[in-house]
Amino acid sequence: MKERWLEPAADADQNQEEQFANWLSGKGTPFVNSEAEADYQARVMLMKDAIQLEKTPPRIPICPSAGFFPIQYANVSMYDAMYDYDALTGAWEKFCNDLTPDAYNAPTTVVPGKVLDILDFKLGQWPGHGVAENSEYQYVEKEYMQADEYQDLIDDPSGFFMNRFFPRIFGALKALQNMPLLPPVNEIPCIPPALFPFGDKNLQAAFGHLAKAGEEAVRWRDAVRQLNGTIMGQGYPAFSGGFTKAPFDVIGDTLRGTREVLMDMYRHPDELIEACERITPFMIKSGVASCKATGHIMPFIPLHKGADGFMSEEQFQKFYWPSLRKVIIGLINAGMVPQLFAEGGYNQRLEVIRDVPKGKVVWWFDLTDMAQAKKTVGQVACIAGNVPLSLLCTATPDDVKAYCEELIDVAGKDGGFIFSTGAGMQGSKAENVGAMIEFSKDYGIYQ
Amino acid sequence: MSHDLVDAMANMREAEAMDLAQKMLDAGEDPLQVLEFCREALEIVGKRFEAGTYFLPELIMAGEMLKKISQTAKPFMKKESNPRAEVTGKVVIGSVKGDIHDIGKDIVTFMLDINGFEVHDLGVDVPAEKFVDAIKEVQPEVVGMSALLTTAFESMKNTVEVINDAGLRDQVKIMVGGGSVDEKVRAYSGADAYGPDAVSAVNLSKKWIGTK
Repeated sequence: MKERWLEPAADADQNQEEQFANWLSGKGTPFVNSEAEADYQARVMLMKDAIQLEKTPPRIPICPSAGFFPIQYANVSMYDAMYDYDALTGAWEKFCNDLTPDAYNAPTTVVPGKVLDILDFKLGQWPGHGVAENSEYQYVEKEYMQADEYQDLIDDPSGFFMNRFFPRIFGALKALQNMPLLPPVNEIPCIPPALFPFGDKNLQAAFGHLAKAGEEAVRWRDAVRQLNGTIMGQGYPAFSGGFTKAPFDVIGDTLRGTREVLMDMYRHPDELIEACERITPFMIKSGVASCKATGHIMPFIPLHKGADGFMSEEQFQKFYWPSLRKVIIGLINAGMVPQLFAEGGYNQRLEVIRDVPKGKVVWWFDLTDMAQAKKTVGQVACIAGNVPLSLLCTATPDDVKAYCEELIDVAGKDGGFIFSTGAGMQGSKAENVGAMIEFSKDYGIYQ
Repeated sequence: MSHDLVDAMANMREAEAMDLAQKMLDAGEDPLQVLEFCREALEIVGKRFEAGTYFLPELIMAGEMLKKISQTAKPFMKKESNPRAEVTGKVVIGSVKGDIHDIGKDIVTFMLDINGFEVHDLGVDVPAEKFVDAIKEVQPEVVGMSALLTTAFESMKNTVEVINDAGLRDQVKIMVGGGSVDEKVRAYSGADAYGPDAVSAVNLSKKWIGTK
């Protein structure tokens, strides 16, 4: 079996230029006037320059991670944000119009509660379902995949998700466990037996639930698309437009669970590595497809289990990094710019993650030392981050501004830097968010 | 053979450790001695964690091995024997109201437990009043609060305030921890100390109770 995604393809550079051109064009965005279109393109160029590391932009793009902050800022409850699309879009407009960061975060993480209700989602608790009206949704961590199921996942990832995982996490889709294996359906006599499950009322009902959930998801999507057009049409590019994950996190976050996947490095090392390899093509394809759907160049990639403290350098190099690097290369080959959000600290990872093609990725940091990051991975990749949430939530505007000044001095030197927060801004004090954005737009101008 | 069990466990050789423990028990070894070897191994694990050569996976593995060996040893224990040495101190711990995350807290609970503390784990999404009730009932020296969500900082602050209003603040030392927690959050909440990991939780508790 040939090894793929070890080095960038020959046409990676050309593909990146094409994707940047596409993103820069803002095709399909209802710009309110030509000035807004020019503003949009100027903001995209700030990010392009920061990413490609070829020249220093005129100023640093200021791109905090909105998270759920706009909801509290507009005095809307989390429940309303998840169930009332007008309340959601209203909150987002208020945040964007009042605070005007350079990049726009679409409210795609505020998932529509009705969809979760229809499917009887079991992986989380959300307002009205286990947590308070104003609480953000939270993950219920469990072992949703058993250790002895590794081989089934490896043999057929799609089949595993369809027949085992989805029936476990969606109460309304239990009957999916009766779906037939698909490759065996390959000539005339295979057809009737493959159809028997579809004659069963339970499986039919499950497809009915999917249809209803799909219709509701489309309703939500249309409301969000309208909002996106309104904000972006005023001259603000989105910060990201797609999504994917590290294969290790796919397995560790919601299949095996944290405790189990960390122990799997000792108990089932070969299966864990093989499962990560099998998941890799899916994560590349979905990362590319999600960006193509929005016309954006950056898929957002939150990284979880590889952080400092969660594993040693050796374990990171053996279990976490190889398949993640393949996802990075696969995305780069398609011309996309992976936006790698390293949650927690990556101080012990900085040398390993340098091994990426130059000017092709964004490494977005949270608790990592930005001076160290600049010296190491910052020499080959654009770095982003990292105003801490503890500061935004508990300190004063003066404290926040002092941090921003030092951050910009250290990380912003000679370009290659996108200013952001260390995490989504839920819980932040409004005056701190305002001070951060206003100060940094001004201080981030390269003299 | 005894050294072998400590060595196997401290070096994460799970199957070997289980096998050795079973052989020792079958051969008539005192189950309390077997558990003592386990605690010796856990101490090595804790030290390596502090030294930065062991990380979370090794803490979790060590915990699993101890749990399994304890279960294996149970039928061999005499009824009168008390497996626990003197209790180092008492700790009440929980994830604060509004936060249902528990993995970090569970590891802290486990580390405190194997270090001889009597831990009362209140679970997750714990209202301030429940902390107060537990403090009154258990009379701990230490209270631990965990949170992952940034929106739980207010809840931490509120819990400390409610403990204060109940006249109990001076009776306890309060430590905070969790993914998004740091010294700034500690100061904001009014807690006594912040720990970045489970081993520091143990060290803080030992320091406050006055053990070495």
